[in-house]
Amino acid sequence: MAELTYNQGLDTRQSGRLELLKEFWRYFSENRGAVIGLIFFVVIIIIAVFADLIAPHLPNHQYRDAFLQPPFWQEGGSVKFILGTDAVGRDMLSRLIHGARYSLFIGCVVVSLALIVGVSLGLIAGFFRGWIDTTIMRLMDIVLSFPSLLLALVLVAILGPSLVNAMIAIAIVQQPHYVRLTRAAVMGEMSKDYVTAARVIGVRRLRLMFVTILPNCMAPLIVQAALSFSTAILDAAALGFLGMGAQPPTPEWGTMLAEAREFILRAWWVVTFPGCAILFTVLAINLMGDGLRDALDPKLKSS
Amino acid sequence: MAIFFLKKLGVIIPTFLGVTLIAFTFIRLLPGDPVLLMAGERGMSEERHARLMAKFGYDKPILVQYGHYLKDLMQGDFGTSIVTKQPVLKEFMTLFPATVELSLCAIFFAVLFGLPIGMIAAVKRGSPFDHTVMAGALTGYSMPIFWWGLLLIIFFSGILGVTPVSGRISLFYFFEPVTGFMLIDSLLSGEEGAFVSALKHLILPTIVLGTIPLAVIARQTRSAMLEVLGEDYIRTARAKGLTPSRIIGLHALRNAMIPVITVIGLQVGVLFAGAILTETIFSWPGIGKWMVDSISRRDYASVQGGLILIALIIMIVNLFVDLLYGLINPKIRHTK
Repeated sequence: MAELTYNQGLDTRQSGRLELLKEFWRYFSENRGAVIGLIFFVVIIIIAVFADLIAPHLPNHQYRDAFLQPPFWQEGGSVKFILGTDAVGRDMLSRLIHGARYSLFIGCVVVSLALIVGVSLGLIAGFFRGWIDTTIMRLMDIVLSFPSLLLALVLVAILGPSLVNAMIAIAIVQQPHYVRLTRAAVMGEMSKDYVTAARVIGVRRLRLMFVTILPNCMAPLIVQAALSFSTAILDAAALGFLGMGAQPPTPEWGTMLAEAREFILRAWWVVTFPGCAILFTVLAINLMGDGLRDALDPKLKSS
Repeated sequence: MAIFFLKKLGVIIPTFLGVTLIAFTFIRLLPGDPVLLMAGERGMSEERHARLMAKFGYDKPILVQYGHYLKDLMQGDFGTSIVTKQPVLKEFMTLFPATVELSLCAIFFAVLFGLPIGMIAAVKRGSPFDHTVMAGALTGYSMPIFWWGLLLIIFFSGILGVTPVSGRISLFYFFEPVTGFMLIDSLLSGEEGAFVSALKHLILPTIVLGTIPLAVIARQTRSAMLEVLGEDYIRTARAKGLTPSRIIGLHALRNAMIPVITVIGLQVGVLFAGAILTETIFSWPGIGKWMVDSISRRDYASVQGGLILIALIIMIVNLFVDLLYGLINPKIRHTK
């Protein structure tokens, strides 16, 4: 008998989660822009995953007979290179397709790094308060008192310019936002009855922090993660553009733009397409982020 | 108000100390010591190296060195550039007006267009205009501005040929800087066409740097306005029979401005980050380009000094915005 009620309890919990998911989707799908963003984002993921199959050429193969060839619809272009070639005869389309991999990879790594470190620090600060809290928050204030791109630039200069170091630098610059959000949410939750109840039962500290409290602070963090995914892509592209991110011949979009700079007045396509790729990807993620925010946390709507 | 000010100052001082500590340790994290860095690729003898290490105090314990460093900072000595041998503060101050001029123009541009666009979008909520504004704002917000700058150069300089590609003023004009602001200096110089040339050089960088603030301000104005328009006192004003222009322009706008002002203040850091990219694209001789150049020239003394100065300026501006905000809104002033 006892077992039966236990199982029933489990069932309602599962269907409850399904209900929540359904409710989330109902709110999310109301926002047309968010759905468009989601579709576009999924397409980019598919392109990135199957880049080797989709790309018509190898991203770094140089066709010596086709330097700066325009896109196929322009005079002098050919269907062999649909979006034209760059200054050393590499196919633009193939490089853009492979570039999607780098951008998504950068976004994932930066957000995971910033999320793990930021949430842990924020949880510790909000949970323990006192001098630990003060120390952590002052540290975050220091990081925030530099313009983010400048600090990332200097960090990369110290670590040495490379894609990995650029990702580390951007993650460091971004995580104060996670710390602040988590701390605020944790402080809000700490005074609630269920936390007191858990304490009374004698739940261990780590479990209390990560299993009891943290899941209730997730809504603003998910929204922040989506928005900082797009910032990460933008910042990494900016670093690449300044020569401090991914190094040539990596087909990273920002690095491609840096290489194309001297040809802007001669060959518009080498500049236009990588920028479009960055813009549309970032726009899709931001659209999605807006939808997430509206669906998860109506209170944040106006901010 | 004084207590509010002191409280803010109490947060800023330790933060600034932290900033100096970071800038101080950063130069020591680099491979090689500062003397070798100064010597460059030529290298130097052991004995001369030791003598220079002693001369600059690099042989002392690290804490003593930090103490000396702080003392120098307090006396306004931000180090000497390794490349130009000029004091960092002097170089910074010569270039700073160019960045300020560009940033002021950008924020002016953003407010000039962002405020009315956001207001109209809020009043005509759900209209095609509103949808266009929201889509445009999100696009602007997602814009990689370094690419945006290149596109504008292609179109306005390459195809139309109406704007110059780089610099602050045409090479035909030369006059001694008085204020450091090219728009003012060119007027003071009395040279014909100088002002127009300076203005033309400013247009594209202003648009590029102002795009993201414009998007943010338009969005923020719209949502602040929407919130205020739903308030009871607006309904009361309507019921009293006030004209819509009076309700929106006077009653609603005044209250909607508070969050908007905060957002404008918050854009200062964003502007600095944007200035790095904008100045690089347009070869604008300001702080952002100087920092990028210093990094690529491995002029770490300039990077260190510049980092501290920029952080200091941002902190002071933020303090100022906080005070202004406290002045407008007593609720903030009195929160513990």
